[in-house]
Amino acid sequence: MNRTIRLLATTLALSLLTAALAQTTLEFWSWRTEDVEAYEKFIAAFEADNTDIQVNFTPYLNTEYNTIVATALQGGGGPDIVHLRAYGGIEALAEAGLILRLDDKVPALADFAPGILLGATNRADGGVYGVPFALQTVQVLYNVDMFEELGLSEPTTWDEFLAVGDALKESGVYALANGALEPWTLETLFGGVGPAFYGGDEYLEAVTGGEADFTDPRFAAALEHMVALQPYLAENYMGVGYTDMQSLFAFEQAGMLIGGSYELGTLAQLNPELTVGSFAVPGEAPGDAAISYYVDGSYGINATSPNQEAALRFIAFLATQEYGQMFTDELQQISAVPGVQPSSEALADMVALMDEAGTPYLMLTAFRYGQPSGSTLLQNEMQAVMGGDQSVADAVANIQRGVSEWYDFE
Amino acid sequence: MANARRWWGRHGHLVVFLLPALLIYGAFMAYPLVSSLSYSLYEWDGFIRRGFAGLDNFVTVLTRWPFNERFWGALRHNALFFALTFVIQTTLGLYLAVLLARRWRGSAFFQATYFLPHTLSLVVVGFLWRMMLNPTWGAVAQGLRRVGLEEWVQPWLGQSGTALVTIILVNAWAWLGFPILVFLAAIQAIPKEFDEAALVDGANGWQRFRFVSFPLLLPSLAMVSILTFIWDFNAFELVFVMQGASGAPSYATDLLATFFYRTSFGDPTTGGEPGQTGLGAAIGVLMLVIIGIVSAFGVRFTQRSQTEY
Repeated sequence: MNRTIRLLATTLALSLLTAALAQTTLEFWSWRTEDVEAYEKFIAAFEADNTDIQVNFTPYLNTEYNTIVATALQGGGGPDIVHLRAYGGIEALAEAGLILRLDDKVPALADFAPGILLGATNRADGGVYGVPFALQTVQVLYNVDMFEELGLSEPTTWDEFLAVGDALKESGVYALANGALEPWTLETLFGGVGPAFYGGDEYLEAVTGGEADFTDPRFAAALEHMVALQPYLAENYMGVGYTDMQSLFAFEQAGMLIGGSYELGTLAQLNPELTVGSFAVPGEAPGDAAISYYVDGSYGINATSPNQEAALRFIAFLATQEYGQMFTDELQQISAVPGVQPSSEALADMVALMDEAGTPYLMLTAFRYGQPSGSTLLQNEMQAVMGGDQSVADAVANIQRGVSEWYDFE
Repeated sequence: MANARRWWGRHGHLVVFLLPALLIYGAFMAYPLVSSLSYSLYEWDGFIRRGFAGLDNFVTVLTRWPFNERFWGALRHNALFFALTFVIQTTLGLYLAVLLARRWRGSAFFQATYFLPHTLSLVVVGFLWRMMLNPTWGAVAQGLRRVGLEEWVQPWLGQSGTALVTIILVNAWAWLGFPILVFLAAIQAIPKEFDEAALVDGANGWQRFRFVSFPLLLPSLAMVSILTFIWDFNAFELVFVMQGASGAPSYATDLLATFFYRTSFGDPTTGGEPGQTGLGAAIGVLMLVIIGIVSAFGVRFTQRSQTEY
């Protein structure tokens, strides 16, 4: 009896010990300090099916994350799983061989849309180095109740759009909550207004294919239409910052906001009563409407990780529909995994808009690979235009000149 | 041998006391300074060091568009930052110090009040003023509307014509307590006899200030000016908190330090833009040279005009 117990206890202890020894711990670094709880849940779901792997999620300060990761990876250390930025942000790490190429190791990547994989691609070798996680879209968000009260409907042409703006102004609110204090918010405005006038994918292909550049009249037309919105922006819009924009719209002092899909969470927090609808900025004719979308970032693997087999299993999990659904439900963001349907109606509308009229966010997807980046130029040059310090023609000339410093238009 | 021993006996304790500070200073000040100097001489790919580049980074910063436009623009903004701060502290600051030096009932209260903003972190100051200057619901705009001056409300921080001056004034508000304190101490250190002698000679109040007190204040004025110069040419926090690293609106508030930060690390607000370590280090070295040369001249001038009573 005694001996049996002792034997049993020894076996138990031994098996526990081997289990502990066989357990692989994966370090997972991220900049999403606000999503810790959600990631704990995702990881718990993975660990339930993979008892031999344990994942530690460590988020760093958003603004310092890039430096921390780059330094750690170059020193031969760093985490096993790396939360990666998109486009220009992933390329330097891929080019330096610090992260693992995944398109030949993660079969699920083949099902992702090519436009989405661009966000995790190193253009030099065409390899995909990460599993994209979230998509953002830029469009008009509007106050559904306010539209109903004033008898307004979603506009289908630019003139109708301006008429909606006039009606909102007449009712005593601002038409658009957008401001221009922070330069980057102007790129968002461009992402909403621009594609319908520069012509979406067609121009993007022309400008990246060497057939057009920024002096193209289509690009200037897009900027001119941003300027045409000046009378519809908040009063003193040059002093209206990002948080002001959110508050003006959330607290119903403005009827519309040209902004990203990522605003939905914040808006719901600021004012849970608010019903947000969305539509694409319409072009001159019905059917010209377009919206910009982009990949937020991706999940990748440290090239020197000693736990590559376990890391690949975790990464494969992050590419499943099960994970995508969990991600979109938990974080109220559009998942990059194909076929995932958001449970939130507002988000589902945006996914539908994207499928119908989506085009990659111009400057981010194609011109953020050098300094001065197309984004920096667009933001600051357009801020000068919006502030009345220069003309659209000057802005176009400076953007073309700046990008030409490092980009060859052929 | 005996000499060395005698030297050690006499000065050894000095070495022992100075050494720890020297080590810490060397490790945390001198070494990073020298290494950043060397960074500026290499070509960089993000944070990865490539080949030796000689003075290429400096040539790029000083001659190649858009870097040159940003550099000279930032330098001009720093110069304006210093000039305006200097004018405010030598007029308003000195005037307040003279008034406080008269020691009247309640002067201690005002002295403390003027100094109070100086004890606040610039991050807090920037945050507070950014809220107060908000044209939509800031305290300044609300106040102006209350008294019927609605048309005076402007997006002060969002217009290229007003943004930098607004930031300089906010900085002056936070900084002024320091020059007042130094001037006050200097005025109080001037022996009463000088003033009394001038009074007996029939000098009026302005003459006594202009020809007796003011010349004796020059060394303190020079010292504060050098500190202000160094401080203003390194200014960063306030602009960063109020306007970000992009020098918004359209580079109107860009200073050497924000230009340096953006170039080295990429602008965090545009997101994902690659930083350029070599160019950033070159800007840092140029800042060091400018500040070093001017301060050295300034210090020499102060030493020459040293007064003792």
